[in-house]
Amino acid sequence: MTSETTVPSGDTPRLQMLGISKSFGGVTALRDVDFTLRAGEIHGLVGENGAGKSTMMKIIAGVHTGYEGKMLIDGQEVHFRSARDALAAGIGMVHQELSIMPDLSVGENVFLGKQPLTAAGTVDWRGMMSAAHEQLKSLGIDVDPKTRMGDLPIGLQQLIELARVIFSGARIIILDEPTSALSPPEVQVLFDVLKGVRASGRSIVFISHFLDDILSISDTVTVFRNGRLVVTHGVEGIDKGWLIEKMIGTGHQDLEESYTGNIALASRPDAPVVLAAEGLSYGRAYSDVSFDVRAGEILGIYGFMGCGQIELARTLFGKLKADRGTLSIGGRMRRLRNTTQAREAGIAFVPENRRSMLFYEQPVYKNVSISILGRISRLWLKPKIERSIARKHVESLHIRPPRAEVQLGALSGGNQQKVALAKWLTHRPKVLVLSEPTRGMDVGAKDDVVKIVRQLRDEGLAVIVVSAEPETVLSLADRVLVMKKGRIVREFANETISKDRLLEAA
Amino acid sequence: MTVQQSSSAHGASRSGNFLRNQMRNIAPFATLILLMIFFSIASPSFATIDNASNILTQISVTGIMAVGLTFVILCGEIDLSVASIANATGIVVAFFTLQEAYVNIANVPLPGWLAIVFALAACVALGLVNAVGTTVIGIPSFIMTLAMMQIGAGICALLVRGQIAYNVPDLVMTLGSGRVFGFPAIALVLIAFLIVGHLTLSYTRFGRYIYMVGGNREAAEYSGVNVKLVLGAALVICAVCSGIAGMLGVAHFGSAQQNEFDGYLLDAIAAVVVGGTSLFGGRGGIGNTIVGLCVLGVLNNGLDHIQIDSFLKILIRGLILLAALIVNVYVQNIRTVERAEGA
Repeated sequence: MTSETTVPSGDTPRLQMLGISKSFGGVTALRDVDFTLRAGEIHGLVGENGAGKSTMMKIIAGVHTGYEGKMLIDGQEVHFRSARDALAAGIGMVHQELSIMPDLSVGENVFLGKQPLTAAGTVDWRGMMSAAHEQLKSLGIDVDPKTRMGDLPIGLQQLIELARVIFSGARIIILDEPTSALSPPEVQVLFDVLKGVRASGRSIVFISHFLDDILSISDTVTVFRNGRLVVTHGVEGIDKGWLIEKMIGTGHQDLEESYTGNIALASRPDAPVVLAAEGLSYGRAYSDVSFDVRAGEILGIYGFMGCGQIELARTLFGKLKADRGTLSIGGRMRRLRNTTQAREAGIAFVPENRRSMLFYEQPVYKNVSISILGRISRLWLKPKIERSIARKHVESLHIRPPRAEVQLGALSGGNQQKVALAKWLTHRPKVLVLSEPTRGMDVGAKDDVVKIVRQLRDEGLAVIVVSAEPETVLSLADRVLVMKKGRIVREFANETISKDRLLEAA
Repeated sequence: MTVQQSSSAHGASRSGNFLRNQMRNIAPFATLILLMIFFSIASPSFATIDNASNILTQISVTGIMAVGLTFVILCGEIDLSVASIANATGIVVAFFTLQEAYVNIANVPLPGWLAIVFALAACVALGLVNAVGTTVIGIPSFIMTLAMMQIGAGICALLVRGQIAYNVPDLVMTLGSGRVFGFPAIALVLIAFLIVGHLTLSYTRFGRYIYMVGGNREAAEYSGVNVKLVLGAALVICAVCSGIAGMLGVAHFGSAQQNEFDGYLLDAIAAVVVGGTSLFGGRGGIGNTIVGLCVLGVLNNGLDHIQIDSFLKILIRGLILLAALIVNVYVQNIRTVERAEGA
């Protein structure tokens, strides 16, 4: 116990990163970063997706082992060769996706992999349960350790994983998006626990997109942008607006890639409503979501990862069944029991992961025709028609290489995305739902997709774009809904919008 | 420029890929040729027209089952109840046929066509139970059809109660053990099933759905394909093929009794898998099943023509099956690795 409470002498920081750089195959992820974490502090870490936060944390946690620069713990230089090394040095991480065992008890989860044994070599159940109970209590968590983990609410599961990391001897604890799945009271409980952890002299890195949470719990905040550490600042005297400004930058260079400029939204209130959702709810993912989409408009739905927007998109295509609420398409109430019914009702969907809608071992033309086979043929296939339809799309969407017989897996990501879109273009749906349509694409391919979607909009299609990337929403949408923790919290319509206002709302 | 480069890089590796892609088809065919050469040299009685006709007859019952099973395995599922459904259907058709006085079964004699209709209804019903259990309830097909295997055995046991029935309707008798222009009728039935199976899989919309569902089930669903309907249909088709194989088998063997088809489950699965149809779904087809059937038929028949310990035969069959599984999984792994690298 005494070793845990030793506070480093003088001002030696708990963790110091000096001149850290890291690149992946020529793409620089981190550039000359100096980062300091003091003992007994909660250090907030913010930045956009791809700003370098995760890379940085993975270096600290021993996941990325090849990098330039120096890392010091309590003034001693270290270089981890594996995540195990980092763990042994007292670095623990709680991921957004919890790594708990839902079918084991709370006690077993706390002692996972190091259960206390009796003299006979069997698991000392009684000792384990009472020890777990006391340790959890010391953190202010009052749970019966015999409870099955999966029966607890997410907030508690997370606290127990945090407890496990702490009891495994971690002195530096990295929390990745810990509040994204929590309700406000649960967030408060988490913060109380974190304050207790801080009081014991441990250091916490708190990564989050939720700037309000960052500001209310952190002692110090560090902002990353484009692989650089922009600023480290005490939390006193800074606010959300200041953070957003630092995150997206105001310099000339950044302006081009990040839409700080104002974008005027022009919605079409006179066009007929094509799809109307009323009070849709689905499990913990989202609740009481109502909105409508009109012909010839692109509705953007923006929210951080895990805000329920992905599940909402799947519900619209009948992949998930809403617990409550109604959906009407073209003025008719619809209960979508599966994706076939959604397709027949006139909805088309391109999921965020191309792999989950394309057949990599099949030629392009079979990929294009699969969603319209029923219209081409009743019983016998008509490959000639399939090919000619595919060739038309390959040509008009500039898919490379320009042949419909090429195996899909041989295409580049951007071209694959075009094929995914092409599936829905032969017989026009009423509503096109796109989830993260430009994720992971290079600039040229992104522009192509944006052009195609806009053209479809101009031809009268109602388009819903769901994304966690502000740029995607801003570059496409005519109207924007912002989702936060499963609810729609803000609508932008008939006004100017900018990235900072979007982030402010989320 | 970058697009150009990547496409030419793919072009360079394409010829190498072609061989590896075709490994699934080449390996079983090479095995077949080698076995035929080996047995032709080892035994003078092997390579004769008569024996070829023998082999064809011997693989007929397995073959009809294997056609149905090909549908299911292409979907990435499995049906362990094929032999059991075959047995049950064979017994049902005998149960509704007038038996000789010395057959001590409390059966219900009906006109031949009605007996056949009842038997077909029975296998459709069993297939529907498989389909509902797998798709609506969500039981993994491996477990669902394992239960069906027992249910089928139970139906057999209840109907014949340890006795043996001999008579089946005339139509079944003709197709199962008769000859058409000197050619075994059951082999013609097999050929008909193979042709219809191939046409369905390769040239119909339903066949395309089977391959797409097997290739990437999630993608099929996101393309609006009714995945559950396709899977269910495959299981029912498989049960019907099994049922018909069972009826003809009973006629072919000349009797209907319990546990009559016990060896056929393994043979049918082996025929499909040895032929190179992917156990993970989406790749293969009736062509592969034909080669697999021939490998199995030649092996079983050939081992009878050479002097060999009959107990060793079982082991050899097992080893050949193992080799086929290794090739099957190995080829799949190559593809998975390639796909991961392509990411």
